[in-house]
Amino acid sequence: MTDQADNVTRREAALECMRWAGGGVLWSVIGGIPRGSLISAAAADTTAFTFAQVSDSHLGFARDPNMDTSGTFQLACDEVRAMPQKPRFMIHTGDVSHLSKSAEFDAASQIMGSTGLQAFTVPGEHDILDENAYGFAQRFQKGQPDGGYFSFDQEGVHFIGLNNVGQLSAGGMGALGDTQLAWFEADLKSRAASQPVVVFAHIPLWTVAPEWGWGTADAARALTALARFGSVTVLNGHIHQVIQKVEGHVAFHTARSTAFPQPAPGTAPSPGPMKVPAGQLRSVLGVASVSLVPGQSSLAIIDTPLGA
Amino acid sequence: MLQRRQIAGLAASAAVALLRLRAAAAATAGVYIENFAFVPQRLVVPVGTTVRLTNHDDIPHTIVYAGGADSFRSPVLDSDESFTRMFDTAGTFAYFCSLHPHMRGEIEVQ
Repeated sequence: MTDQADNVTRREAALECMRWAGGGVLWSVIGGIPRGSLISAAAADTTAFTFAQVSDSHLGFARDPNMDTSGTFQLACDEVRAMPQKPRFMIHTGDVSHLSKSAEFDAASQIMGSTGLQAFTVPGEHDILDENAYGFAQRFQKGQPDGGYFSFDQEGVHFIGLNNVGQLSAGGMGALGDTQLAWFEADLKSRAASQPVVVFAHIPLWTVAPEWGWGTADAARALTALARFGSVTVLNGHIHQVIQKVEGHVAFHTARSTAFPQPAPGTAPSPGPMKVPAGQLRSVLGVASVSLVPGQSSLAIIDTPLGA
Repeated sequence: MLQRRQIAGLAASAAVALLRLRAAAAATAGVYIENFAFVPQRLVVPVGTTVRLTNHDDIPHTIVYAGGADSFRSPVLDSDESFTRMFDTAGTFAYFCSLHPHMRGEIEVQ
């Protein structure tokens, strides 16, 4: 357990805009603009297993501040492809499209395909709009069970993709629902507590800003099922900015959008797109790469702004 | 007698029809969406009013009322798109945006 306590301390240090390198694990960070050199620093340890996270590409959105969301998403995927150490796969934490249109899914699929990596994608609320509610699953979750949630193992890490946008109700936040939670509990049941777990879903699984619906109403039950695990990393999107938090053994992290930034809670009247000067847009969009170094139970997450 | 009653009945229904027509022609109201909020948040209208809800945000929204038989759901409204509905029964319609469920509004039809 001292190792865990140590990890928590280290993660907290990260929140102070610090970075540390120990056994090749490198955590960098938040508050200010992360530096692109960190990606290569992380890649210096070739024993690390890495995967990339992209989020909120919102293909189809073409307004201030980003008239070219395909272009910025392509840049993000180019960065993933150019990483010196090839990631094992990538995840997309939802809002692939802006309006669930087939053309938007087609474009996203093509751009993600350009990385040459297998992609695991969970839906955002923009991906399951009425007109094309099943288009997302047909395109991005082929062969997976219905419901938009699934799990898989890579390099000893157990990954679980969740869908917390299918049951949005008046006045509420994201929700997983009883059926999915029962599946989630069953999925974890036979696992050793020492196995690192990575959970990813679109809306944050902790409450970031209830007044904006930024949270998942029934996440507590999921977190209870995760409580016995020594290393849990929760990756989300939806809020278009990096926010990190550590609670016990659980590290929460939200990724930037590749399309447009959103304001920090409490700093604007609404969560609508933040208008930023064109020259600065890429500095607020980005990609996250996550490394797991064998023998270490913590994951290193490195956020890279586009064009860094 | 019969004839007089019939005429009276006809006149009455004509008057009602005319009233309805006038109400339908006159009664329109608007709600708009700005900064992830419905404005006005609560709208009170007489029966027969046609309400037009318009999205002024940069982000798409929807209008969903899940109230049993009277339920309605707008298509996704992109920026500057509108959804129009005639409210021909009295009642309170508490609706929300299914994309951003913290956005709630109410239409009271009297």
